[in-house]
Amino acid sequence: MMKTITTPFTKEDALKLKAGDQVLLSGTIYTGRDAAHKRMVALIQEGKPLPFDVENQIIYYVGPTPAKPGHVFGSGGPTTSGRMDAYAPTMLSLGLRGMIGKGYRNENVKKAMIEYSGVYFGAIGGAGAYIGQCVQSCEVIAFDDLGPEAIRRLVVKDFPLTVIIDAYGNDLYEIGRKAYLEEKNNGK
Amino acid sequence: MKTISQKTIIQEVKRLCQEANYELPQDVYQALRQAYDLEDSSLSKQTLEVLNKNARIAKETSSPICQDTGMACVFVEIGQDVHVEGSLSEAIQEGVRQGYEAGYLRKSVVTDPMFDRINTKDNTPAIINYDIVEGEQLKIIVAPKGFGSENMSQVKMLKPSDGVEGVKDFVLKVIHDAGPNACPPMVIGVGIGGSFDRVTLLAKKAMLREIGSHHPDPRYHDLEDELLEKINQTGIGPAGYGGKTTALSLNIETFPTHIAGMPVAVSICCHVARHKEVIL
Ligand code: SF4
Repeated sequence: MMKTITTPFTKEDALKLKAGDQVLLSGTIYTGRDAAHKRMVALIQEGKPLPFDVENQIIYYVGPTPAKPGHVFGSGGPTTSGRMDAYAPTMLSLGLRGMIGKGYRNENVKKAMIEYSGVYFGAIGGAGAYIGQCVQSCEVIAFDDLGPEAIRRLVVKDFPLTVIIDAYGNDLYEIGRKAYLEEKNNGK
Repeated sequence: MKTISQKTIIQEVKRLCQEANYELPQDVYQALRQAYDLEDSSLSKQTLEVLNKNARIAKETSSPICQDTGMACVFVEIGQDVHVEGSLSEAIQEGVRQGYEAGYLRKSVVTDPMFDRINTKDNTPAIINYDIVEGEQLKIIVAPKGFGSENMSQVKMLKPSDGVEGVKDFVLKVIHDAGPNACPPMVIGVGIGGSFDRVTLLAKKAMLREIGSHHPDPRYHDLEDELLEKINQTGIGPAGYGGKTTALSLNIETFPTHIAGMPVAVSICCHVARHKEVIL
């Protein structure tokens, strides 16, 4: 059962999703990973504006490969989200609604997600060529000097995602493993 | 005595960097397909279907399988009767430079590890390992290594009294720590023995060994099977969403060690376990 979501992604939309839901995302999203987050949080601390308004937006943790001539985008699967854990609560407090990545998040991020109604989506790690085909346009909007780590504005169509942690704190990494183990034990 | 030109090496390394990033090795591809047949939950099946599709798209369109096109790890076996005109190391670095540029591969290497962290913009330096062997062949393996999984690799200096149980516990701990971060299903290499530095190299070589191959000693062969089974019972599953396939393979490499020690290293790779080789 696929749900579809579009950006802007509101609090109301976020509260409808549950860990384990599969969704197809369409609309404008922003890329950012380690170095871009470090700079964004520094801007916030200095009281300066961010390169884009994060309210009700979704950040995709990715550093794509360069696009080949005639293509808008290269390969672009998710990077490990845990490296952004130090910055995510600040971003969520400013209204960031969604994050796309792969891998564990820490308790601080989960708490902030509950407090500010954020959703953590998983894209399939290592499916870069496949995901790249969902990107319809790509434009670097900040920190061009960071190369693959620059902030890009993407327009995506039917980007396949799975809700890993919902706005209530449920975590598919725990639920999925438990469900598998229970099924296995019952089968015995 | 055989003479090989720098130009040949540059061209071959350039080609290997690109091919390795576009095309999964046949054994890995087969293992992913078999895993798809084995899974029964819809989410894990779908995940593996996407990974299979992804590998096909990458190959057909000459695109990187994964956006993390890695740090280029190069393993060289050079026969002692081979003469290379000019610097072999420089030729390899130049091949990596050209391969990553011409192949539209991501440049992911920074200069200084801690303070500067400025992108070198050509994905060099590559990590080169040399083995000197007999004969007049030059073998070059290019294995681009992504860091989502590399970051989850670990080494531990176990005591001899920790025994085989100590090794099993450590390997399973590393897999639990890695979980979804390492883009499962994983390809795992375990090194046992040698020294602090050697054991990690053993683990990496084990990771690169063909899926389905076994350690020649039947006791380690059995341990490979047992550990793989245990890992696939953790339930982590494809992408960590729960399921049967947490790892596609686990290989062990061993080396004699000191009376006081039993080093163990676990080298974790994701399902994008890339490597291509050439023999000159
Ligand atoms: S761990 Fe492997 S599959 Fe995952 S992002 Fe890194 S290179 Fe790609």
